[in-house]
Amino acid sequence: MGNDIAMTNPAFDVARGNRASHTALAIGAALVLLAASLPWWGESSWMREFVEIACYFIFAMMWNLLAGYGGMVSIGQQAFFGFGGYVMLMLGNFAGVNPFVAIPLGAFAAALVAVPVSFVAFRLSGGYFAIGTWVIAEVFRLSFANVSAVGGGSGTTLTALRGIEKATRESVTYWMALACVVAAIALVYLFLRSKRGLALLAIRDNEVAAESQGVPVQRMKLAVYVVAAFGAGLAGALYFVGNLRISPDAAFSVNWSAFAIFMVVIGGIGRIEGPLVGALIFWALNKFLSDYGTWYLLGLGLLAIVVTLFFKQGLWGYAQQRWGWSLFPTQRKLVRPDA
Amino acid sequence: MIETLVQGLLLGGLYTLFALGQSLMFGVMRLTNTAQGDFIILAAFAAIGGIALTGGAPGLVALAVLPLAFGFGYALQRYVLNGTLGKDPLPSLVVTFGLSIVIQNLLLEVFSADPRAIEIGGLATQGVEVGDALSLGVLPLVVLAVAVAATAALQWLFAHTALGRSFRAVSDDREIAELMGLDARKVYALATAIAFVLIAIAGVLQGMRTTVSPSDGPLLLLFAFEAVIIGGMGSFWGTLAGAMILGLTQQIGFRLDPGWGIWFGHIVFLAVLVLRPQGLFPKTKG
Repeated sequence: MGNDIAMTNPAFDVARGNRASHTALAIGAALVLLAASLPWWGESSWMREFVEIACYFIFAMMWNLLAGYGGMVSIGQQAFFGFGGYVMLMLGNFAGVNPFVAIPLGAFAAALVAVPVSFVAFRLSGGYFAIGTWVIAEVFRLSFANVSAVGGGSGTTLTALRGIEKATRESVTYWMALACVVAAIALVYLFLRSKRGLALLAIRDNEVAAESQGVPVQRMKLAVYVVAAFGAGLAGALYFVGNLRISPDAAFSVNWSAFAIFMVVIGGIGRIEGPLVGALIFWALNKFLSDYGTWYLLGLGLLAIVVTLFFKQGLWGYAQQRWGWSLFPTQRKLVRPDA
Repeated sequence: MIETLVQGLLLGGLYTLFALGQSLMFGVMRLTNTAQGDFIILAAFAAIGGIALTGGAPGLVALAVLPLAFGFGYALQRYVLNGTLGKDPLPSLVVTFGLSIVIQNLLLEVFSADPRAIEIGGLATQGVEVGDALSLGVLPLVVLAVAVAATAALQWLFAHTALGRSFRAVSDDREIAELMGLDARKVYALATAIAFVLIAIAGVLQGMRTTVSPSDGPLLLLFAFEAVIIGGMGSFWGTLAGAMILGLTQQIGFRLDPGWGIWFGHIVFLAVLVLRPQGLFPKTKG
């Protein structure tokens, strides 16, 4: 279907991939296979670390989809992160569902609840949307803090995993995290390369023009919001399977959105490589500098400000402009067939 | 019951002060300052630090914070925030959100996480008897009076002065206003400067009325935002009314169940959003 333009104008071909993207795909596949074997040769602390950074990454990826492609800048995605986590925990503890099975169910629940939430959130746009979604996330936090069945304000423990041996639990959690990361990248990549993705880019660039070309703007925005909620819920459910303990303050903390914003903005918004690069930088900073506590966070805030003011496209965007790098090409390029 | 209502209105006075700066910045340049609450807390700590360093009278130090806030707001808008304005809301959101993180951690580093207050002696606990059953604090009454005065002053500034005219002009259409000879960048800077004076007043009074700690900011931002949206954009009396409604619902909520007071306020805000998204007393659009 990418060939529509080429068909109407035979002087051009539509190019999608390039050599770098094919190499990246091959290297990526090899890395995933290598990573999948980690439980047999790696240490369990590596697995725990990977699960944690995977959750941050998936969450940032979904925030990038929402803000970078859908144009909806939200500070309230932690509503779906926490909701996914709590649904997973309740299914495991009260309904006897295997928590690993409950991870995708938690994500589906987050997607489902996003539909009525969107009805309220979409009343606002721009900066107001950002703070409005934050209020909604606070409503989620305060609501769960008042439910005594899940431990109220102090939270509760995921007891459903008690019977499972520690090594098995850690390996399965790790594999789940790896699968979720691959699935999240594939989901966003395929979504953006599809016809809907093209519509989404059109909306981001000019909403009115897109609408006049027949793009169903409202329906597309809702679709993106629900997909992003699904991803956030997935990250949340996964995180609390790895963590075994949930509390409203941890699950619905605004820091989730803050870190996602930093990762995406520093890496480069509106490109799939952005959150990937951002998550790697975040992981490195976190590993080596988090002992500095407040100074570390202060530096992170300053870095986000500086990047926003002086490198609007983020680090990857800078590299892409300078050297034309693109690992996940979603744009369509017209080339002469003889060239 | 009457006591709950009166307490709600007094709380609304405080929320008005939290919200006026936000309302002004929304109104003039469509800027969402996500660090609004943190700047309020920063002002309170500036007064606390100033008193500790100089040993001066709390009232005088608090007054000295106001011109500082004016200059700070002017410079912040002129040299940082002006560069983030535009159709895309992301840059201004990220920059103010980054500022919020910076301020919180800076205060944490300098003042630690302990809650502190601006000591004003007996005034903080003084009350006046109204009738037999009702006792009102003097300080909350002062806060309410300041809030009403500040609202009236802003409304007057917008309606009757040359500066107010230029605020309205750049708000309605920046390009045309610039063609008429206004420098929008300077007008924006003045608007933020005035907003920061209001933020400083709010912070100092908050520090006198109760305790402040470095992580308090985000909640104050949400209250300020809710008051502005409930009241409707571009109307300062609307913001005051929104703050009163928020204060009343929270107070009634607290009365019914302490765990649900703030939740109740959020729900009323969301209900207004669904039923009347333009707010109760809107004046400007978009």
